[in-house]
Amino acid sequence: MGVQTWTFIIVGFTFLLYIGVAIWARAGSTKEFYVAGGGVSPLANGMATAADWMSAASYLSMAGLISFMGYGGSQYLMGWTGGYVLLALLLAPYLRKFGKFTVPDFIGERYYSNQARIVALICAIFVSFTYVVGQMKGVGVAFARFLEVPFSTGILIGIGIVFFYAVLGGMKGITYTQVAQYCVLIFAFTVPAVFISLQMVGNPIPQLGMGGTLSDGTYLLDKLNMLSTDLGFAAYTESGMDNRVNIFFITAALMMGTAGLPHVIVRFFTVPKVKDARISAGYALLFIALLYTTAPAVAAFARTNLIQTVSEQPYEAMPPWFTKWEGAELLTFDDKNNDGIIQYVANPVVNELTIDNDIMVLANPEIANLPAWVIALVVAGGLAAALSTAAGLLLVIATSISHDLLKNYLRPNISEKGELMAARIAIAVAVVAAGLAGMNPPGFVAQVVALAFGLAASSFFPAIVLGIFDKRMNKEGAISGMIVGIVFTSIYIWYFKPQLGGPGTVEGHWFGISPEGIGTLGMMINLVVALVVSRMTPAPPQSVQAIVEDIRIPRGAGGATH
Amino acid sequence: MQNKNLQLYWRRNLKYLLILLTIWFIVSYGCGIIFAESLNTIKLGGFPLGFWFAQQGSIYVFVILIFIYVRLMNQLDKEFDVDEK
Repeated sequence: MGVQTWTFIIVGFTFLLYIGVAIWARAGSTKEFYVAGGGVSPLANGMATAADWMSAASYLSMAGLISFMGYGGSQYLMGWTGGYVLLALLLAPYLRKFGKFTVPDFIGERYYSNQARIVALICAIFVSFTYVVGQMKGVGVAFARFLEVPFSTGILIGIGIVFFYAVLGGMKGITYTQVAQYCVLIFAFTVPAVFISLQMVGNPIPQLGMGGTLSDGTYLLDKLNMLSTDLGFAAYTESGMDNRVNIFFITAALMMGTAGLPHVIVRFFTVPKVKDARISAGYALLFIALLYTTAPAVAAFARTNLIQTVSEQPYEAMPPWFTKWEGAELLTFDDKNNDGIIQYVANPVVNELTIDNDIMVLANPEIANLPAWVIALVVAGGLAAALSTAAGLLLVIATSISHDLLKNYLRPNISEKGELMAARIAIAVAVVAAGLAGMNPPGFVAQVVALAFGLAASSFFPAIVLGIFDKRMNKEGAISGMIVGIVFTSIYIWYFKPQLGGPGTVEGHWFGISPEGIGTLGMMINLVVALVVSRMTPAPPQSVQAIVEDIRIPRGAGGATH
Repeated sequence: MQNKNLQLYWRRNLKYLLILLTIWFIVSYGCGIIFAESLNTIKLGGFPLGFWFAQQGSIYVFVILIFIYVRLMNQLDKEFDVDEK
């Protein structure tokens, strides 16, 4: 059987699985729709969080990115996992005890102000929407490449699937499909990695194989360093000290952004107890770590394989995958000196081969000559990663509209049934809007996705942490902090991102911090402004201080309430 | 619960956070970034140590830290009788 047939079978099977789960887990109340009834077991919640969190970018692009960046790629690995420590220690248990449905709910109540709620609401929608458009695009790309349907048809299929289980099941349907999607994506990511590790270093565990020895007796990483430096690239494991400050800031922005992302935080409202919120953050990180420690191994294997296969080899002798990916424009060979041999080197004047990041995961099974069903599995995994993240984000958008805006602001008297209907309509509209935007993405979206973390770090993160750990923090402090933080970060990003039309240049970066890392500075400014302003304005009312006392102890956490 | 007890409970919680977050900072920002270059001169099997911390070790430590935190807090809740029934 060919790759195409296998892809149809495996992808079709996984889609049937998701739909079956969705029908089984229909939502009957707003509580089920928003937080899955608050009855999800910590283990299931951990898996769902992991699937929710790991997007098409984590799955398809990250290993490739690390492959080309070497040590520099560590900022993504540490940044996108270390945030869970902050989440588990500083946020999850307290927000669970607080027991509401959304992040704007917390901000609105803790800071006794509808203005604060609206500021948080706008930030949540902005962050989530930019993010979800990228996921929809990922779905379209995956379908287009593997099923050979047009890009827009791919997105339409994606919309159809997400529409079905998100509208029907809300958080409950999404949670249980995400559990299934996690299993699919981790299996699909690990299988090729194990095969390749066995082939190259004879060790079935990729995390250890990365430090293993090749058949010629040299360490894989030493060999890779040598190959890289010979071609003029930086040594793979070398930590470029010139941008240490920048790596520090980007890592911190990704960590605090992770802890501040609404679609991640809301997952901790779905478990029954404070104790469960703590442990499910641990499970989530464990499940994420399975992929995040395998990815750098895949990166190192793929890079070594790639250099050995193409460098200084005649173009005529290239294996079939080379021409296949050339056709998909993920590889381009430009024989500048007309010698028919591929010169792949760091110097852009002489270099003849351009490689897209995504190819490392997509083409890896083929490069390593793995069977067709493994390749099909990788496709199903990519789709699982994109769909699960999209569904989680869409739920945040829908909840923000039906619950935070409609129920808590515009129409407080709306009935339970009316709110549930509104939530379903909101999510339906959001799915379609995101799909349309994904078909025709505004040029800036791809740039902004990575920057969403900086925006979340500079707005939500300090407001929530201070709300829990600083009893004296009041609405004046929190609101001014959030606004100053997010405005500063947005302006810096715009100014130094040529793709957004900003006039700034790399030389102008403050302390060498690139736009991806500026959220860390924005967070610090937010913190200072909030503390100073709060100490010059009246303390929060006694009732709010009592709330803070109450969320600090676990006892008495009931189900999430309105 | 009495106010004084609550303060004591909270102070112990903060102490745990301080210790765990210090380790969190040292393995990632310390070993993985600030001191990565000097640690790279030490080898852990086939890995330069700084590189290993940045791409593997820090992530393992993160996972362990959360599980230690869960254990510590569950004990603390029982000790101060604020655990969930």
